Amino acid sequence: MSETITATRETTAAGEAPVQQLSMQQALNRALDEILAANPRTVVFGEDCGRLGGVFRITDGLQAKHGEGRVFDTPLAESGILGMSVGLAMAGFHPIPEVQFDGFAYPAINQIVCQIARMNYRSRGTLPMPITLRVPSFGGIRAPEHHGESLEALFAHVPGLKVVSPSDPHDAYHLLTYAASRPDPVIFMEPKSRYWQKGPVTFASETPDAGTAYAGAAPWAGLTGARVVREGRHVTLVAWGAMVARCLQVAELAAEDGIDVEVLDLRWLKPIDAPALVASVGKTRRAVVVHEAPLTSGLGAEVAQLITQGCFDTLKAPVERVTGFDVPYPSGDLEDEYLPNIDRILFGIQRVLEYRRG
Amino acid sequence: MDTKPTLAAVDDAAPLTQDELRELYSLMAAVRHLDTSAVAWQRQGIIPGYAPELGQEAAQVGSGYAVDKARDFVFPTYREMGVARAMGVDMVGYMSTHKATWHGGLYKPLESRFAPIQAVVAGSVLHAVGWAHGQTLAGLPAGHLGVALTYFGDGASSQGDVHEAMNFAAVMKAPVVFFIQNNGWAISVPTERQVAGGSVATRAAGYGIPAVQVDGNDVVAVFEATRNAFAHARSGKGPVVIEAMTYRRGPHSTADDPGRYRTLDDERIDAGEDPLERFRKRLLADGVADEAFIAAAHEAATAEEEAIRAGIEALGPRPGSEMFDLVFQETTPALESQAAAWREESEHV
Repeated sequence: MSETITATRETTAAGEAPVQQLSMQQALNRALDEILAANPRTVVFGEDCGRLGGVFRITDGLQAKHGEGRVFDTPLAESGILGMSVGLAMAGFHPIPEVQFDGFAYPAINQIVCQIARMNYRSRGTLPMPITLRVPSFGGIRAPEHHGESLEALFAHVPGLKVVSPSDPHDAYHLLTYAASRPDPVIFMEPKSRYWQKGPVTFASETPDAGTAYAGAAPWAGLTGARVVREGRHVTLVAWGAMVARCLQVAELAAEDGIDVEVLDLRWLKPIDAPALVASVGKTRRAVVVHEAPLTSGLGAEVAQLITQGCFDTLKAPVERVTGFDVPYPSGDLEDEYLPNIDRILFGIQRVLEYRRG
Repeated sequence: MDTKPTLAAVDDAAPLTQDELRELYSLMAAVRHLDTSAVAWQRQGIIPGYAPELGQEAAQVGSGYAVDKARDFVFPTYREMGVARAMGVDMVGYMSTHKATWHGGLYKPLESRFAPIQAVVAGSVLHAVGWAHGQTLAGLPAGHLGVALTYFGDGASSQGDVHEAMNFAAVMKAPVVFFIQNNGWAISVPTERQVAGGSVATRAAGYGIPAVQVDGNDVVAVFEATRNAFAHARSGKGPVVIEAMTYRRGPHSTADDPGRYRTLDDERIDAGEDPLERFRKRLLADGVADEAFIAAAHEAATAEEEAIRAGIEALGPRPGSEMFDLVFQETTPALESQAAAWREESEHV
């Protein structure tokens, strides 16, 4: 799957489709605009999503364009937002609710875990929940408490949910479009520290109108799995969200020392693209998982197990994890101490490179 | 300043006909027989557990009878068997949840206009608001809106989701009828230690929602209150709260022992007159029904219970593959591989 997307990008770079430089915020905004235009059953809502356009402006201008019935503000209550999404889905709508910040998903956990994740099962498939829950996620912006949480392991542990996190504007655009077209609930974790970085977004056609952007399989062929962001021979860094960019920086620095680092953007945190992990680490024979969330029972443990299961005979070292610590997400002054930084990731690489069997 | 919200005087429907009154009695009798039998089934080992609604037949049948199945939708919790029966839900499918066949039951929720049974109290109240707002978004003209009818109890009223639901519904003028069965008890905790102010209905004024408190043991009063509320919500005037005052005459569930928190004397004093007996006397006194009709209704109820029991006893376990197949609309490789391993290792191949 990871190879497919590489091929797609080469093809488009050859001139078959236009490329635009957009920030992730612009890419997400454009995706929502097109989804709303293409699917009249879609509704976008949450706290301050209407007139204000969201605190991160992801829904900027959408209410003016699509109307107050399609894009609206809710009262300030996350359980209400998610509980309401269930009812809208039961009535045949495709809700795209927003929880304003990761930490505010906690008040909605009951509705997410006990209701959204289970309704398809409980109803024996007769009441699907095509809900895409957008959650500005992860840290790195010097924000107040509860504004820098990494909830992927929590959500990935819940049967009935799918979890995805884009790392760049292109993926943000296409993964959101894809997620919103699926019949199952998807937790869409947006790396808020990457909202404003620009990057190339390749579109399906010159005028990505409703039909072409939404209807076909072609634009997101290859988006359902992980992606090799940088090829390398010596070690694989596995990351998602904002950590992908950091791992790319690390790879550049390591290259100066002759270490050839492969960076695998997992993208889907559930389901995890196990074949892509095995393909990459099967080649490099060493792996370091990098995530912002605390270490213990973090998604890195799951990734490490999948790699160990698939690459046990060829691994040259135990899979390393470079993560946040088992502490509450700290204040901005200590944020850089908490988040995996370049040095800590380099140490992780060093540990797998220097490992000798005892 | 008088800020008490009032129901719009939009209900000009005719009073219940004699046929309808008799039908209500037949429904209550069917519910009574099925409910008391289900407790017996549990004692006999036919089902592992059940949450009886004994004493709430009038509240449930009266409200469920007001639902227009062509356009309305009901959001129950786990003690709404009487509503389901009044709405014509497949009762073997309904009772299968108590047989431990499938959480949510085997009936078809969309066709039944009756959401899957779920056990998080107040969890479904917000679903009703979302569904109802969907009716508004669908652009149906006032007077033709589908109405969401959501059930919960005095215990569930303590949940924050009920506050969020009432506030959302009022802000959005969503066509929702909040139907509280205040049956006096949330397992072992009485209403006075559950509901500050003593009434859920009085809270509605804080949201600007009209509310009525109704004698929940009077099936006709419940029906009329619900019909009024439906007319109000359907006309686009927003939500309504109905608090039906009733009494949970049985245990919370077949696993409960009310002797630990209330005496038989308490029950005799607090329960009031049995709603079924009360309605029987009224129909006889008004000349709407005679003893022969009453006897026939109970005979039919017994036959119906026996047929449902036979259906329940005949229900085998669902195929284990459904555990995997029904999680998602689009399954995942991990789930497929777990299903394959389960099949292989359980020798179900």
